[in-house]
Amino acid sequence: MRPGARVPGTGSAGGRGFPGLAGASRGLSCPSWRREKAPGPPRPAMGLLSDPVRRRALARLVLRLNAPLCVLSYVAGIAWFLALAFPPLTQRTYMSENAMGSTMVEEQFVGGDRARSFARDFAAHRRKSGALPVAWLERTMRSVGLEVYTQSFSRKLPFPDETHERYMVSGTNVYGILRAPRAASTESLVFTVPCGSDSTNSQAVGLLLALAAHFRGQIYWAKDIIFLVTEHDLLGTEAWLEAYHDVNVTGMQSSPLQGRAGAIQAAVALELSSDVVTSLDVAVEGLNGQLPNLDLLNLFQTFCQKGGLLCTLQGKLQPQDWTSLDGPLQGLQTLLLMVLQQASGRPHGPHGLFLRYRVEALTLRGINSFRQYKYDLVAVGKALEGMFRKLNHLLERLHQSFFLYLLPALSRFVSIGLYMPATGFLLLVLGLKALELWMQLHEAGVGLDAGGRPGPSAPLPPAQGVGLASLVAPLLVSQAMGLALYVLPVLGQHVATQHFPVGEAEAVVLTLLAIYVAGLALPHNTHRVVSTQTPDRGWMALKLVALIYLALQLGCIALTNFSLGFLLAATMVPAATLTEPHGPRPLYAALLVLTSPAATLLGSLFLWRELQEAPLSIAEGWQLFLAALAQGVLEHYTYGALLFPLLALGLYPCWLLFWNVLFWK
Amino acid sequence: MAATYCLGRASIALAALLLLSFGSFAASQIEVCTSRFWFNYRHVANTLSVYRSVKRLGIPDSHIVLMLADDMACNPRNPKPATVFSHKNMELNVYGDDVEVDYRSYEVTVENFLRVLTGRIPPSTPRSKRLLSDDRSNILIYMTGHGGNGFLKFQDSEEITNIELADAFEQMWQKRRYNELLFIIDTCQGASMYERFYSPNIMALASSQVGEDSLSHQPDPAIGVHLMDRYTFYVLEFLEEINPASQTNMNDLFQVCPKSLCVSTPGHRTDLFQRDPKNVLITDFFGSVRKVEITTETISLQQYSEMESKPKLKDWHPPGGFILGLWALIIMVFFKTYGIKHMKFIF
Repeated sequence: MRPGARVPGTGSAGGRGFPGLAGASRGLSCPSWRREKAPGPPRPAMGLLSDPVRRRALARLVLRLNAPLCVLSYVAGIAWFLALAFPPLTQRTYMSENAMGSTMVEEQFVGGDRARSFARDFAAHRRKSGALPVAWLERTMRSVGLEVYTQSFSRKLPFPDETHERYMVSGTNVYGILRAPRAASTESLVFTVPCGSDSTNSQAVGLLLALAAHFRGQIYWAKDIIFLVTEHDLLGTEAWLEAYHDVNVTGMQSSPLQGRAGAIQAAVALELSSDVVTSLDVAVEGLNGQLPNLDLLNLFQTFCQKGGLLCTLQGKLQPQDWTSLDGPLQGLQTLLLMVLQQASGRPHGPHGLFLRYRVEALTLRGINSFRQYKYDLVAVGKALEGMFRKLNHLLERLHQSFFLYLLPALSRFVSIGLYMPATGFLLLVLGLKALELWMQLHEAGVGLDAGGRPGPSAPLPPAQGVGLASLVAPLLVSQAMGLALYVLPVLGQHVATQHFPVGEAEAVVLTLLAIYVAGLALPHNTHRVVSTQTPDRGWMALKLVALIYLALQLGCIALTNFSLGFLLAATMVPAATLTEPHGPRPLYAALLVLTSPAATLLGSLFLWRELQEAPLSIAEGWQLFLAALAQGVLEHYTYGALLFPLLALGLYPCWLLFWNVLFWK
Repeated sequence: MAATYCLGRASIALAALLLLSFGSFAASQIEVCTSRFWFNYRHVANTLSVYRSVKRLGIPDSHIVLMLADDMACNPRNPKPATVFSHKNMELNVYGDDVEVDYRSYEVTVENFLRVLTGRIPPSTPRSKRLLSDDRSNILIYMTGHGGNGFLKFQDSEEITNIELADAFEQMWQKRRYNELLFIIDTCQGASMYERFYSPNIMALASSQVGEDSLSHQPDPAIGVHLMDRYTFYVLEFLEEINPASQTNMNDLFQVCPKSLCVSTPGHRTDLFQRDPKNVLITDFFGSVRKVEITTETISLQQYSEMESKPKLKDWHPPGGFILGLWALIIMVFFKTYGIKHMKFIF
């Protein structure tokens, strides 16, 4: 092996093959790792990282500047994120899809009275039957002129849902297809209204039927339109989607669909429970933080402007002036709300489930507040008619605009190229800390071999050997705790209900919390298993591994769900970097507990309600926290939401490793 | 006698001159729309407007090659099927009921266009898809679609460059396929398409200069698309006032759609053209004019008495009496054989 190609041990004097250097080091009585300029023949030119002298200098630089660099990087990341709401980083939205063009349509919908009468009938039949009035819906859709089909589904929930008090859920979806008069049925659009036991959405159903009647009389449809009414909210939507695409992702039992209409290009969901609305709220965040193509939101926004409707995002109005400070601050609030909603990974409406199949979808909610100016069903119907007419012009799936973005306002967006550096800066902190630990480990190894052995000594293997043996145990134990956290609550709910006077849902949540807290007691027990030869360096190796593990996880999460990645990074990175066995242990312990995943969840709930201007008291917050835990576990089983497994199997073990580091020896 | 003979000769010469100067150069047209998709409705409407104008001015379908890259009239998104409108008040259905599209949909390609121009067409091509022109034809070529600096986009997948077009015209000149050629293009940066022409007798007009976009006109909410481009809209208005007898010349066409109306700056090129544009009538290219000139001159035709006429060949028939006698003989033999009593079955 060429001498130049060998990784030089830091400070090892032998085996380098440079006569000048070797001569100089052999000439010294006690070789130090400080190299002197050799008087012999000059060294051949080497690269920055393979030249031992320069490497040493670089290492010293990094070690000296590490703390300031970390702090700077963290502050830069947070500051970059906060700056996202301000004008240079936000841009105005614009329609990218040429086929959709401008709002050049003539809306002719006048069926407001018809919609209201349909809504009244629907509400009456629903009250009478208690569930979705399937027969009435079928009859009405057929009279309007659609091809009507039904689909039944059933699902056994993993534990009875406290909020809805159901265990075995079964229902029927009803959908009608309006065939395009002159085109082949190769593509379709979906207009869906979710009906649950708590949200009847009768006006939405009425508007759906009136719009169906109006659309049936037009001849310019090039795609089929499916009008879908689902039962049990999102469970029905999931059942329909799985049957439509012929997959079984979540273990739902659904009967196959008899009527089909081609590939779905876009979907709009409507939730409307009052005859008049003061504003329309749009929800874009979907399951696991997926977002629809920005063009669909742009389409909605242009029709809001055309019809003069008041449209809100996250319940907040659009700031008018972006030049002063008020606009961007309001934008920052909206941005934070969107980040929190996206990080939770919940489908905030039927649209969230469509996104998994790459069908661009939005949910529109009609809000009836105490404003003076109200819009009736005709205005909402015209906006929907315009949207569908424009979607009809599409020739390909929506792909021209952004798929990954953040929204400070309805007409402003931040693209991924501009917001990703924020997470990059935060993860850089972890990288820098890991680099520092690596170099400290190497220096400690050098100190051990300072006996001047000329042989090819690589200080790495001995240190690594010690490190590896003592690392395996904490890793395995943490991962096992994570697995227990993931599996035991649902598996052991019946055992828990037998021994304690709690319901199943409560049992799941309490088991979750119990295992979480039990993990805190671990470090005091694992040390008896591990024998350390170099106690001081064992924790460094463990922390190094934990930092790399955390960085990898957060990096992967940030790529798919930026909000979740950023939120977890912003809370966990400082605690992870600062943790060490020396130093003020109670302080570090408090910091670590306050930034654990569960505490982040609790904190973000409070922040979320605070931003929505409905602040919570401590007791309410705790109740909401418990409900959120139950919802998270339930949604993982019913829709495949990934927040619960990510936190239980990925981040909690990582956090336990840091807890182990803190309580080392 | 000699005087009338001389006068006669002179009168023939004059008539011949008249024939030459008001000669019926047959005009041929190629109209090409190169854009697909519903939102390019206006390009099809452009092409059909020019088609309609030239047909109104007398050019038959046999002399027009119409290439439309997509079917807007029967597109499922068209709320008024079987029509293509050029004005948002829907006054003018330029699709009409006698439109004849020669190259349709995916047949509109660069290769087919160049083959039509140069005449290198497989022998099985029907006559309606050929440009039947010779060295006495004035040709109008109108192209519209999406273009850029030096190219025109065909069908969203290929392009024709200005160099290819110039070479095609040179091939046409060398094969004597045109007498004079008028090239009109309505795309963005259209002037770049005529920069490279080098064959004689070509006049070119474009809707915008290099670096400018040609804009659309007539947004129609009922149909949901723009109906026309600005330049062709004003050219159509100009052409609607032309009738087969009008004397408007090319200079008037160059003034159509100034920057105030068109937003882009239309351009033209006449350096390759041998005649002065103010002497070139619009109807030379846009219409098929056969001008009738009433003359009061007398033309005397000489008699060609020296010429011998060959005797006409007549068919020979046998004389009539012979046939009558033959039939009488046959009847007599018949009745002799079978007896006279059979006569009552015959009569």
